Amino acid sequence: MNKPVLQSPDPSATSLSALAPAKAAAGIFAAYDTPDFFCELMRRTDDIPPALRTVRDRLAGFDLSELRHRTSTAETQLYRLGITFTVYSDREAIDRILPFDMIPRVLTAPEWDHIDRGVQQRVKTLNLFLRDIYHERHVLRDGIIPASLVLGNPNYCEAMVGVRVPGDVYVHINGTDLIRDSSGRFMVLEDNARTPSGVSYVIENRHMMLRLMPDLASGMPLRSVEEYGLKLHQTLCEVAPEGVTDPQVVLFSPGIYNSAYFEHVFLAREMGVPLVEGQDLIVENHRVYMRTVAGLRPVHAIYRRLNDEYLDPLAFNPDSMLGVPGLVEAYRRGNVTLANALGTGVADDKAVYAYMPRLIRYYLGEDPILDSVQTHICAEPEGLAYTLANMDKLVVKPVGESGGYGLLIGSQATQTELDEFRAKLLEDPSNYISQPVIDLSVSPTLCPSGVEARHVDLRPFALTGKNTWVLPGGLSRVALRKGSLVVNSSQGGGSKDTWVMAR
Amino acid sequence: MTQTGTRFPAMLANLNTLLSRYGESMMWLARYMERIENLARILEVTEAFVRNPDGSPGWDSILQINSDEERYAALYALPATEENILAFYITESTNPTSIRAMAHMVRENARSARPLISTEMWMQLNIFTQSMMELSTPDIRRNGLSGLCNRIKQDCQTHFGVTEGTLYRDQAWLFYLLGKYLERSDQITRLIDIRYHTLLPGGEISGSQMDLTQWGSVLRSAAAYHAFRRLQPVTTTPANVVGFLLKNEGFPRSLMLNLRQVENTLNALSTHYNLRHQCGPLQERIINLRATLEDQTAEDIISRGLHEYMTYIQDELGALQAKVSVTFWPIAPVMTRQTAVSSQ
Repeated sequence: MNKPVLQSPDPSATSLSALAPAKAAAGIFAAYDTPDFFCELMRRTDDIPPALRTVRDRLAGFDLSELRHRTSTAETQLYRLGITFTVYSDREAIDRILPFDMIPRVLTAPEWDHIDRGVQQRVKTLNLFLRDIYHERHVLRDGIIPASLVLGNPNYCEAMVGVRVPGDVYVHINGTDLIRDSSGRFMVLEDNARTPSGVSYVIENRHMMLRLMPDLASGMPLRSVEEYGLKLHQTLCEVAPEGVTDPQVVLFSPGIYNSAYFEHVFLAREMGVPLVEGQDLIVENHRVYMRTVAGLRPVHAIYRRLNDEYLDPLAFNPDSMLGVPGLVEAYRRGNVTLANALGTGVADDKAVYAYMPRLIRYYLGEDPILDSVQTHICAEPEGLAYTLANMDKLVVKPVGESGGYGLLIGSQATQTELDEFRAKLLEDPSNYISQPVIDLSVSPTLCPSGVEARHVDLRPFALTGKNTWVLPGGLSRVALRKGSLVVNSSQGGGSKDTWVMAR
Repeated sequence: MTQTGTRFPAMLANLNTLLSRYGESMMWLARYMERIENLARILEVTEAFVRNPDGSPGWDSILQINSDEERYAALYALPATEENILAFYITESTNPTSIRAMAHMVRENARSARPLISTEMWMQLNIFTQSMMELSTPDIRRNGLSGLCNRIKQDCQTHFGVTEGTLYRDQAWLFYLLGKYLERSDQITRLIDIRYHTLLPGGEISGSQMDLTQWGSVLRSAAAYHAFRRLQPVTTTPANVVGFLLKNEGFPRSLMLNLRQVENTLNALSTHYNLRHQCGPLQERIINLRATLEDQTAEDIISRGLHEYMTYIQDELGALQAKVSVTFWPIAPVMTRQTAVSSQ
């Protein structure tokens, strides 16, 4: 669940005086203050929707110490249940929980409808784009996106050229990272079209919420998140190789030492399918089998939670101990389905992101439903000129990196740093993009000193087989440190239950 | 291998989907939990009841039961002291027969089989193994050995109860049972072998002075004391004790009962899961082994050589375990530690 560092707030951002502040709420919100940001619960551009008002008023009546007590109960339970990710030190494996905040993040029915349609549109485009670049390449010939950006991309996969995949679906499981700016507008921060993680927390957070805050959820028209496992299994059956009537689905995990192992276990259990490791699979005559106590049994669809380069030592990294020799060739011959497909990383790349609005228009003839963060492509002369002229106000990111490495936050950089970065940028402009700083929305969060505003993002999950379905809600991550914009679990991030109201 | 799933009815295909690795993990999960419980019991009984000829606690005998003399000597000086034995068997992570090391193995196997085991099982094992791996010498001193051992035994028994009450009955359950019964069979032969010869070094049956406390300790080490009393209110003879532990049909840790359970488990795997071909040779082996026990009285066994017979049983059980491995998980899994292969 690593993701880039989110943008720092711009002190010179538009004032919010145009927005009516919420009426002062009492109780635990008495001291709550959201100076310059859009608050998910309190401050909307319009009147507070009734569903949110109910949540706010019920929460206001809670006692802080009671909330703290419930939080520590929740965290103990998460730890005992092993809803954890594993961190490795030199000698030992340490299980950590993702800190859980008891104050839910609430989305209204119209907000969700907007997100749902926007995510579907985006996933559709990603799939059409992938199909196109691995076959006809109209998009390159029509000059919509530079060929070098696609074909020279480290995540572009030569082995996929000319390979047909069932239903032309490449991205079966997608996570779209959304943020909200100071006006409450949702924007896509990035697409995760390879092996997005976090969905298990969406469901486990709900369970924890219903167990520990039944009085808050009581009678609320919440959209259920229970269906995900069934839908995932159904999706994988829909994209199994043609002619297989009763497909054997498996979840392919790197194994117990992977930090997301809990999620792999969770999803395998929810789907009712075996969780396999590389050693459990074997390829014979370009068909994939799993080793069972009764001998080899055929496998038809693999939900893999390993990156491309670890899947098959014959095709990619020959040193990988985790992969299955011959898997990629079996896949290319259409004998087994991989979800997600190989080579999807080229579509969720940072530079390709900049072209997404154009790709949506190109493939669908529609305007993007969800906005993107305005992105200046330094490979293009006007983008480079703008970036150089406004470096002190922009976030400049190298396109090939992830995890927030190598980026420049102009407003926080010294003159020396700016000069150095300018030199690097001029050396290889096509390696960079730049974006304005976005004020992330906040959500009331239980903190050591009371209920305070903390920045949040949202990752909805979309499944695509014959159709696309978006799990109502998604993972709301919260930066627990005051003022921090980093929601990463490795850097003090926590999570919240995400409530989508049915009406 | 050219068949595909479509050529078989769905039912049959589903019946046979237990991954080999899961079978192996379930078996070892049960074996290690059983081993931890046994060790806790033996440590407790040794402190309270087992005495050397000079009256000191017979810590050495634990090393013999587990064939650990060499490994112990590499770490500590002989003769064994209480402090060192407890460190060796409770907290020493480099000793694979210590409670900490075995708890680690339980944890790894439980993590590997986690998609199969119940949430309740996982939660209890998660808490138990975590606390065992954190045990330190001051913990032992604070609670007293007996308090600690009782807690461990209870946690193990809780595990067996939770498992009985929540684990879905399929092949995974049967492999779990197979591990449990094989481990109990092996443990009882080790206990009898060592304690008998510590108490009767010359092997003489009649005429020797019976130390009731010491023979009671043999029974207590197997949780057999009161069951034995109900059956033999008057005569405690070495042959009676040996006979009870080896041949009694009602005592849950007797060799006979556990060999029968191994056999029953293999029968269930064979008939319910269409594994006749795989189980046949294993069933034959266990039937033959049981026959050697049925055909002899405890006196016969003792006079022909108890140690030799116990060694024979242990070898046969080892061979059976090896045969189970090559039959159901022909390729040894490689536990590789690799992380961070997926980063979204």
